[in-house]
Parts: sequence; C-alpha cells; structure tokens
Amino acid sequence: MQNQNTKRTVVKSVFAVVAMFGFGFALVPLYDVFCDITGLNGKTSGPYSEAKAQAQERDESRQVRVQFITQNNESMPWEFKPVDYQVEVHPGEIIEVDFYARNPTSNPMVAQAVPSLSPSEGTDYFHKTECFCFTRQLLKAGEEVLMPLRFVVDEALPDHLGTLTLSYTLFDQTETLDPEELEETTTQAAL
Amino acid sequence: MSAVIDNPSHDDHEHHGPTKGIARWLFTTNHKDIGSMYLWFSFAMFLVGGCMALTIRAELFQPGLQLVEPEFFNQMTTMHGLIMVFGAVMPAFVGLANWMIPMMVGAPDMALPRMNNWSFWILPFAFGLLLSTLFMEGGAPNFGWTFYAPLSTTYAPDTVTYFIFGVHMMGISSIMGAINVIATILNMRAPGMTLMKMPLFVWTWLITAFLLIAVMPVLAGVVTMMLMDVHFGTSFFDAAGGGDPVLFQHIFWFFGHPEVYIMILPAFGVVSQIIPTFSRKPLFGYHSMVYAVASIAILSFIVWAHHMFTVGMPLAGELFFMYATMLIAVPTGVKVFNWITTMFRGSLTFEAPMLFSVAFVVLFTIGGFSGLMLAIAPSDFQYHDTYFVVAHFHYVLVPGAIFGIFAAVYYWLPKWCGRMYSEPLAKAHFWLSFIGMNLAFFPMHFLGLAGMPRRIPDYALQFADFNSISSVGAFIFGATQLLFLYLVIKAIRSGEPATDQVWEGAEGLEWTVSSPAPYHTFSTPPEVK
Repeated sequence: MQNQNTKRTVVKSVFAVVAMFGFGFALVPLYDVFCDITGLNGKTSGPYSEAKAQAQERDESRQVRVQFITQNNESMPWEFKPVDYQVEVHPGEIIEVDFYARNPTSNPMVAQAVPSLSPSEGTDYFHKTECFCFTRQLLKAGEEVLMPLRFVVDEALPDHLGTLTLSYTLFDQTETLDPEELEETTTQAAL
Repeated sequence: MSAVIDNPSHDDHEHHGPTKGIARWLFTTNHKDIGSMYLWFSFAMFLVGGCMALTIRAELFQPGLQLVEPEFFNQMTTMHGLIMVFGAVMPAFVGLANWMIPMMVGAPDMALPRMNNWSFWILPFAFGLLLSTLFMEGGAPNFGWTFYAPLSTTYAPDTVTYFIFGVHMMGISSIMGAINVIATILNMRAPGMTLMKMPLFVWTWLITAFLLIAVMPVLAGVVTMMLMDVHFGTSFFDAAGGGDPVLFQHIFWFFGHPEVYIMILPAFGVVSQIIPTFSRKPLFGYHSMVYAVASIAILSFIVWAHHMFTVGMPLAGELFFMYATMLIAVPTGVKVFNWITTMFRGSLTFEAPMLFSVAFVVLFTIGGFSGLMLAIAPSDFQYHDTYFVVAHFHYVLVPGAIFGIFAAVYYWLPKWCGRMYSEPLAKAHFWLSFIGMNLAFFPMHFLGLAGMPRRIPDYALQFADFNSISSVGAFIFGATQLLFLYLVIKAIRSGEPATDQVWEGAEGLEWTVSSPAPYHTFSTPPEVK
C-alpha cells in the first residue's frame, strides 16, 4: 500500500515538474500578452487599419508633440535618423514622417528597427498604419533610402499626455539571412 | 555509554551492512551513505568556491589590477556564485535531508533509494562539466551567476553551452532529490507521526521540496531558451527578432527568488531543532512556525521583480513588488521572535551547534533588515548593483545558510559517526568564522552605500580601506574552514564516544537509535505517541 502511495506521489510530482517546465515557456507568450494589454514596456502594437485611422475625429483643440529618437544597436554601421526630430500633431490627424537610412558599407545589409514608446501609458493611443519597422529593411552597398512612418494619435489620448517619444533601435540582421536569400532579395530589389 | 559502540561490526553483519570498497559508494541506495556523499561533495565544492572568493578578495585587497586579468576576475565572480549556490549550499541541505528525514519520521530509508543514488551521482558530472570550462579556450562563463541575456547569449564565450548543460544536470538532480523528499515525508512516516507532529526540519524541507519542483523546471526552461537563442537562431531574448531581454530577467527571477528561500528554509528548520535542545524547552509556537514557513514560500512567488526595480517597470509594478516584498518580513519576524522566545528563560548552554544557531538568528536578522532596505523601490535605485547588495545576500547566505549547515553538522555529527567532536576546536571554529565573516561582509555595506559597484576588479581610491579590511576578513573565514575539516576528520577517527541521546535536551526519533546510527534504522517502524 505504501508503495502505491509513493507511486502516486511520484506521478503527481513528475506531472508538476513537466507542467512547470511548460509554464516557463508559457511565460513567453504570456509576457507579450501582458505587455500588450497593459501597454507596459513601451511596446507599440502592430499595423493599425487605415480605415480605422480615417474614422478618427480630428481634435483641433489639442496639440500633442511627438518626438523621434533613433539609435543603432552596438556595431550597426548604418546612418539612421529621423528627417524631422519632432512634429506637433492634433489627435485624430493622420501624419506621415520619414526616416533616413544609409548603408555606408560595401556589402548588402538587412536591418530591423524595434520601436518603443515613452511614456508607456501612451502606447494604447499611438497607432501606426504604416511603418518601416513592420518589415526588415534591405539596403545594398552605399544605398540610401527614406523610410515612411504613418501614424495617428488616438483622439482618446488622456489630456495629461502632452508629449510622446517614439524611439527606434536599429539592429543588424544580416546574419540571420542566409547568403542565397540575401542575393535573391538583392537582385529582386535591383529589378 | 560505550556498549553500543563496541559492537558495530556485529550489528552490521546482522543487518547485511555495506559492501566493501568503492562499490559501496557507487551503487549504494542507503540514505545514510548518500547523505554522507552529498555532505562531502558539498564541502569540496565549498572549498573550490571559497578559493574563487579568495581570488576575488585578493585582487580587491588594494586598488589597481595586480593579480588577475579583468576577464578572469569576471569568471571568478560567476563561478563563485554558481558553485556556492548549486554546489555547496543546495547539496549540503540535500545531504542533511537524506541523513535526517528518514530518521526523524521513523522511516527505514528514503522512498526512492535508487533514484536517490542517481540524483547524487549526476552532481560530480554536472560540476565537472562546469569546472572544465576554466581550462578551455575563451574561459569559463563570465556573465555573472544571474547570466542575464543578451550578455549570456550574444556576448558569451563559447563555453556557455557547457554551462547550460551543467545547469540542466544540476536541475535534474535537485528535482529528483525533491521528489524523493516529498515521497518520503508524505508516505513513509511512522504510525502516529502526523504532519503536525513532524520536527520542523522535516517541515521546512517538505516546503523547500515543493519550491524546488516548482521553480527548478523554470530554470531548466530559461537555460533551454538561451541554448536555442545561442545555437538555433530563435530570439527569445533578442529584441531584433521580436524577443525581449527583460523577459529573461522576469523568467530568471521567477526561479531566482524562490531559489533564495530554497537555500534558507532548511536552515530555519535546523535552527528550530537546535535552539529548543540547548534551551531545554520545547519550541515556542510550533504551529505558527509551520504556517510562517508556508507563507514565506507562497509569498516568494510574487516578489521576483524586486530584483529588477531599475529595469524600467511602471509605477504600479514597483509598488506591488515593493509591498509584497515587505510583507515577507512579517512571517520572518514571527520566526525570529519564536526563536528568541524559545530561548527566553530557558536553561541555556552554548555548545557549538547552539553558538552557530544564535549567531544565525542575530546575523540573519541583519541580512533581513538590509533586505528590507533594498525592498524600498525608490532607494533601491541607489543601492542597485552596488556592494550593498553583495553585503545583503552574503549576510543571509553565510551566517544564514552556511552557519545553519555548520550548526547541523555539529548537532548531528555525533549521531552519524558515534563520536563527539572537540568542543574547544569547534568553539575556535565558531569564533574565527564569526569574526572573519563579519569582518569580510560588514564593511561591504559601507562600500555599497558609498557607491562602489559590484563585479569590478578595480575601484576608486576612496574604497581602499574598507576593501582591505574585507579581504583580511575573507582570508580569516576561508582559512578557518580548514580547521573545520580537520576537526570533523578528527572527530570521526578518534573522537570521544557519544551517547545515544548525545545532547541532554535533545528530543526526537533520531536520538532514540544508537550512536553511531546503525546502517539500517527503523526497519520496523517506531510507535509515535
């Protein structure tokens, strides 16, 4: 009888161990969901539909300052900066700004920009309908480009938020593409 | 008195004692053998990790770089932390659990003796793997024992893979040990030994074992994610690929905070056994002690982010984790007051186990208070990653966990080997450890408050005096442990024979068997009234 009880305890414990191992991995999506719901961590959400942006009512009575910051991660050699460092917008107004990027090296490179918004309270009210950060950017040697960002600040933005700061960090992602793919995309881009 | 000592061989013969030679240790399933191996192994690791600590302190004895390269210094801080946490403290407590839990609950052995053997024998290989990295190209892991990503993924030496597999193996070993403890305590208690009659050491270990099976898998998970980030191109912790380095810290500390209680709860148990014995009074507030340990364990799951106040959390998060952390002071305070009340008006004597236990209560409380200071989110921004943190966790781990282990060894050694240790030598060990440890760690509070960052091989001149005092203390503490080794060996080989009860005020099943405890105890379960 004692043996059976022991077996039962062991089975339960092993089950708990497996479940907790799974829970560790479940924390990854849970963390994203948590950040998404609460807007903590400054993570802005993905593409916002153009139609919903159009439907927003322009609030002429208020002005919000949107600032842009760019930085390169570690040894990323690209030149990367906003064309305008800050814009004054009305909530509900669709705005398009450009970011300048240049690949000064003699090799094609792929980059990924990762956005973060501060204060994090504002993340729910900042919608991007188009952003270069939604995809990876490929630039040939010496190539330069203006990358667009279309966004709308939600009409429901709380009154006490007068300034939103959007920061982009540019990561070198050339290594994650295998050379063939890189060549292919390069030729395609050339066409 | 010595009647029992005189015929151990006869006893052994009757009970089919241990086989001879190395096979005894390789294939043993006896809880006492395995407990001894755990204890010796952890002591060896304690010396290895201690040598690393002394390398650190020697380098920090004066400002400037004199003995080691900064790269090697970083390897030392990392390996010291890993070895002490996973190699010294945790296996020592598992060793004590192996030796004492079956004897304290009246069981003939652990519930799963074969697995017990396996969980021990994984350890030498795990640490062999980890230590071998010191001799490899690129050197040992150098990213701190907390191995924050992306430092430990993108920027780590190649040996990080060895580290990951080493952690996997230690994790498997601890999980198996924990399952064994749970199975033993829940199913193998002698008739009449109800849960609320169990000695506190058994209770604290039961709760520790639950913590272990809850968080060691999470640690295994986080190192597995690292492995995938390093070798298989995933981006769990890589922002460029959509991951998040802060996520690493959350998962790590979800494991890490319960882990610090894993290292202290069994010491609470040890002290709760010893203080009543040498006060010759029953433990004050047994029930509240059990509930306090359980509350601490539960709270440990909701406070992890106090390790990362400066990471950029929202105000609500800072406040939640700050208050939740401070809440832990309540059950901990209950325990401290219960220990003091147990001593109050007791007829106290101060043999070595009691000295270590009393020092535990006083010094652990100091560590608890500096922990409360760190828990205050706004001031943590000042203390974060300074020597104040180093002082804090060394105060809870050295006079906390390690003194707890020393106390346990002195308390039960006569039962294990049937011989008394030398009390004067043990007192010398205590006082030298006490002085050395305080000399080493107390000045670190001041260094931290003055702004000296941790994990640096060189420092500004104004920190020189306190650092040299600290190094002197560390060397006193380190050298004293050789005295401990000597006196334990001396006791085993030629100590005075011990009585069965050993200590005048000792109570509990383990003191009812002869000294030394025969190879097999409680083959027929005792009756507990």
